[in-house]
Amino acid sequence: MSAAHSSAGSGFRSRLAPWLFLSPFLVCFALFTLYPLVQSVVLSMQTTFGPGATKFVGLSNFRGLMGDPLFWTALRNTCIYTLGSLFIQLPLALGLALVLETPGLRGRSWIRLLLFSPSMVGVVFAAMMFALIFEKQTGLANQTLNAMLKPVGVDWSLDFGWLQQHVMSALIVASLWMFVGFNMTFFSAALQNVRKDLIEASVVDGAGPIRRFFTVTVPAIRPVAGFVVLMSVIGSFQLFELPFIMFNNTAGPDNRAMTIVLYLFQNGFETGDLGYASAIGWALALILLVCAGVQRLTSRGEEASA
Amino acid sequence: MTSLRTTRVLGWIWTRGVLLIAAIFTIIPFLWLIASSFKSNEEFFRSTFLPMDGKRIAWERLTTEPFRRLFTELDFSNSLVNSIFLSSVTGVVATLSCAMGGYALAKFRFKGRGFCTALVLAAVLIPAPLIIAPTYQLLYRLDLLDSFAGLILPALAPAFGVFLFRQAIVSGVPNDLLEAARIDGAGEWRTFATVVLPLVRPMIGTFLMVTFLGMWNNFIAPQVVLQDPSKFPLSVAVAELRRGYYNDYGLQMAGTIISILPVMVLFLVMQKDFVSGLTSGAVKA
Repeated sequence: MSAAHSSAGSGFRSRLAPWLFLSPFLVCFALFTLYPLVQSVVLSMQTTFGPGATKFVGLSNFRGLMGDPLFWTALRNTCIYTLGSLFIQLPLALGLALVLETPGLRGRSWIRLLLFSPSMVGVVFAAMMFALIFEKQTGLANQTLNAMLKPVGVDWSLDFGWLQQHVMSALIVASLWMFVGFNMTFFSAALQNVRKDLIEASVVDGAGPIRRFFTVTVPAIRPVAGFVVLMSVIGSFQLFELPFIMFNNTAGPDNRAMTIVLYLFQNGFETGDLGYASAIGWALALILLVCAGVQRLTSRGEEASA
Repeated sequence: MTSLRTTRVLGWIWTRGVLLIAAIFTIIPFLWLIASSFKSNEEFFRSTFLPMDGKRIAWERLTTEPFRRLFTELDFSNSLVNSIFLSSVTGVVATLSCAMGGYALAKFRFKGRGFCTALVLAAVLIPAPLIIAPTYQLLYRLDLLDSFAGLILPALAPAFGVFLFRQAIVSGVPNDLLEAARIDGAGEWRTFATVVLPLVRPMIGTFLMVTFLGMWNNFIAPQVVLQDPSKFPLSVAVAELRRGYYNDYGLQMAGTIISILPVMVLFLVMQKDFVSGLTSGAVKA
């Protein structure tokens, strides 16, 4: 019996009940998600001058986008940031989770709590901090690196230009602080669910820790890993506040911190062309849809082969 | 074999070492933020963490001036109230509407249930930036720009919330209990409020926190929708500090602390349910 009310109760009230329960959600959802979604298709074929004045332009927004060098800059930067999340952030998060789940570790929950806490800080506020952390001379980043590397004989310059030349590195480092602990928490929850008997069996079979990792742990955490990867890609592709605040409401020197959503924002709310902004939005949605599709296909393939 | 003992000791050192380094890297920016917020600009350039006088910490060179200015010269208490109001209202109403929707999809059999479930699942895939521009246009047409309603209404129907509550209710609310409440003559609403809601309390806690945080940390929506500075929540007010007081580092950091602190306190109070609730969906799925 999946539905409690299918047999019991009858008549009008019970038939109406589910719709009454759904109605607050459905009304808001229809008005503020579905309608804008449809409208974004309409808008993407218009040029607007502010929210009031619109003009139909067909597909020329999309054609313009293809030939727009700034859009490609934005796409390239966003991809670099996403690759940083996938290949620097997630391995670090997994590594930390593995260390954290070492048997017999005391104070585990406190460490997990501490490492998770930066993800509670809104990106806006983290951006405020890191804007100053990456300053030349006085900034914490250069000061720390300088002090740390001195003993090994490397002279890290206090004038290292995080916010001038090494913009993407700065963004990736800031995102490490914000999200490594967050992603680690998911991996660590997954690791707790790895079956103990499988681990013991592999120990009895004489498998070393590396073999054990690839034959027992990896298959067990694969579904969660897939979820974390997809969430990271979706989150990374929507990067906006971090560069926008760090570079004082701009896209940084020579647009070095331009991202897709930042470009969308500039077009929609600084230039006032909601049409072009919507076209950028659809380009983003398309990319994410492809990523989600790829993720589904690969995870389905694993299930089939398992 | 002596090597086994050595390996064990090395392993012990390695795990503690790695975690210690991770903890230090996590905590240092927080400490730096706190120290910076109690500094004049002059002091900001003189010391990285605490002001030193030889080997002595020069506490007297720290100042609460940045905080005082936030609440006198600037209207930060107003922004704090705005943030609390927006986040609380959004959190409570969104959680209630999602719990109700999830209950309908989990425990009623009705025409259109499959469609609604599919709708909710598909909506999870819609990236928020895609509908920013059309939502702005809609708010303009509804004359809701520069109003709190224009911020709250679009945040009341997060589809993933309905999905999460549906899962929680399917697995956490036995049908027998619903039947029993029915036989006792409880109405639909009473059954929901007195039987269903208490059984999914952990999910309610988690989702309240998620929606509260979502609004508290939201920047793009208030930045786009609001014009009047007296309506700004902390996210926009803090970002404005960077524009208006670009060289006032202590002030910027003090504003950042004021914005982070309430959320951190809330997190510490709720952390247990929150973290496990957040990961449970992913691990079970």
